[in-house]
Amino acid sequence: MNKTFRRTDLLWLAFTGLIALAPLVPAIGSNSFLMHVLILVMLYACMSQAWNIIGGYGGQTSFGHAVFFGIGAYGAGMAVVTYGLPPWPGALAGIVSAAVVAVLISYPCFKLSGHYFAIATFAIVEIFNRMFLVWDWVGGALGLDYMIVEEGFANLVWYDSKTGYFYCALTLFALIFGIVRFLEGHRFGYYLRAVRAGQETAESLGVNSTAVKLSAMALSAALAALCGAFFVQYNLRVDPAMVMSLDMSMKFVLVTILGGAGTLAGPLVGAAVLVPLQEFTRAKWGGLGGGVDLIIFGLLIILIVVKQPAGITGIVRDIAKRRGRKAAAEKGGASLGTA
Amino acid sequence: MALLEVRDVTKKFGELVANDRVSFTVEAGAIVGLIGPNGAGKTTLFNCASGLYPVTSGKIFFDGKEITGLPSWRIARMGAVRTFQVVRPLKDMTVYDNVLVGAFLHDANTARARAAAEESIRICGLSEFAGKVSGELPIGVKKRLELARALATRPRLLMLDEVMAGLTSTEVKTALELIRAIRKEGITLLIVEHIMEAIMPIADKVVVLDGGLKLAEGPPGEIIHDERVITAYLGEKFSRRMQARKEGKADG
Repeated sequence: MNKTFRRTDLLWLAFTGLIALAPLVPAIGSNSFLMHVLILVMLYACMSQAWNIIGGYGGQTSFGHAVFFGIGAYGAGMAVVTYGLPPWPGALAGIVSAAVVAVLISYPCFKLSGHYFAIATFAIVEIFNRMFLVWDWVGGALGLDYMIVEEGFANLVWYDSKTGYFYCALTLFALIFGIVRFLEGHRFGYYLRAVRAGQETAESLGVNSTAVKLSAMALSAALAALCGAFFVQYNLRVDPAMVMSLDMSMKFVLVTILGGAGTLAGPLVGAAVLVPLQEFTRAKWGGLGGGVDLIIFGLLIILIVVKQPAGITGIVRDIAKRRGRKAAAEKGGASLGTA
Repeated sequence: MALLEVRDVTKKFGELVANDRVSFTVEAGAIVGLIGPNGAGKTTLFNCASGLYPVTSGKIFFDGKEITGLPSWRIARMGAVRTFQVVRPLKDMTVYDNVLVGAFLHDANTARARAAAEESIRICGLSEFAGKVSGELPIGVKKRLELARALATRPRLLMLDEVMAGLTSTEVKTALELIRAIRKEGITLLIVEHIMEAIMPIADKVVVLDGGLKLAEGPPGEIIHDERVITAYLGEKFSRRMQARKEGKADG
């Protein structure tokens, strides 16, 4: 049951507080590779959590989130590179555009049942990728490269230390996970899960399923765009292949499924497993030609889907359940013994 | 005034006429039974009235407003809520969360919706199952969940599609008490039912369908003597048994 306040909320707050202290530990704060991994874990957790809204809770598998992510990245990138502004107005424009694009794509698909939505979202990645490759206004195939600007929160750029980016990622994490946690306990979250579990049933109870799915999709796309804006600020460059690719889209999906779709913790667990795996294999076996991380990741996904479709959080829940049953059985046995 | 009015409703599936110019009314505050043999078109009519199917022709009014062709969620929001004959729990959600989804219809506030859901769960005797995942329940409990979920929306018209089918006789008794209690709350009921002994004593009015056509409409006392209904559906034996029971009661 999702109580308005859960004991796990305290755990989440404690966890976020603990993470906030991490850069203060010299062994972590001065290790820029470790900081980089932590930032990416938080970013991927945020991206997957954004996807989780429509894909997990809403049960509508989207393969198009790279597009929304890319629109956010280009929004911030163009504000800085093309117009010489701080990234903020561009990020905002990107967020709004991503939500609009998401609604325009989803509206016709949600009227159909079956896999049309998944297929349509798959197609838009290719469309946007090609469009951005040849579109001069957004920098074409060369993409956008950041010039040197003043460091700090106003421009959201740091050159030497990763601490600024770290706290930005943490803020993003608190924001997106906070939003999803809030929705879980309120009407919208219940309606979203009800639509996933049975659309006709939900409608018989007064749920406008099309409106619920469209809002979820718009919110999901907007948050993915916000993550994209952070991504471009962190990399200081963007081109179509970096953001608007099926590879990128798959990461949204797979990280969430690996961790556990439709759960609050799933995206964080998935990111905490995948990102270190990706970064360490890249650092260690990068010379093999790349893709080793994807091979391992692919195997992990196959294993998960076959063994426990509810992901790592599902496995943990099963173990906890079995333990509980075992404890109950032992208790029962003990009481029999005394009798 | 009639809370629900079905006017000349025809529903065809290709060549098959499931409902043929059916008209009847459900008065506010009443319990109306919709009966008939298998394939008479009861559930189809229900699906038309609740917006699940579009009608082929005819009109349906709820509280004086035309609802023909409206999507089911809109009809539910107006206060006409149904249950499903083939139970449809929101499987991966708990009983409590299922009922809460219903309760959110009349109140978006989480705390108040929770209170309404808890009340509905208690009334339907589901308290011990509240935390259970609804897909894993026995059929009797799932049927009660259908009822609890619809009740939690605080409807003005509750349309029950065979909520008593497949229940044991004790369960039927409990269900009947529940239906009476719901009516006392001021909720109008339209009930599709197969078990005659269950529906006849509680209904104010019975509508009989056969082969898509309305055969008769009237108080149960008249319906059991209606020649056409007896031949089509009830059978001589049932009619005599109901009559005997009535006279027995009058004597006592």
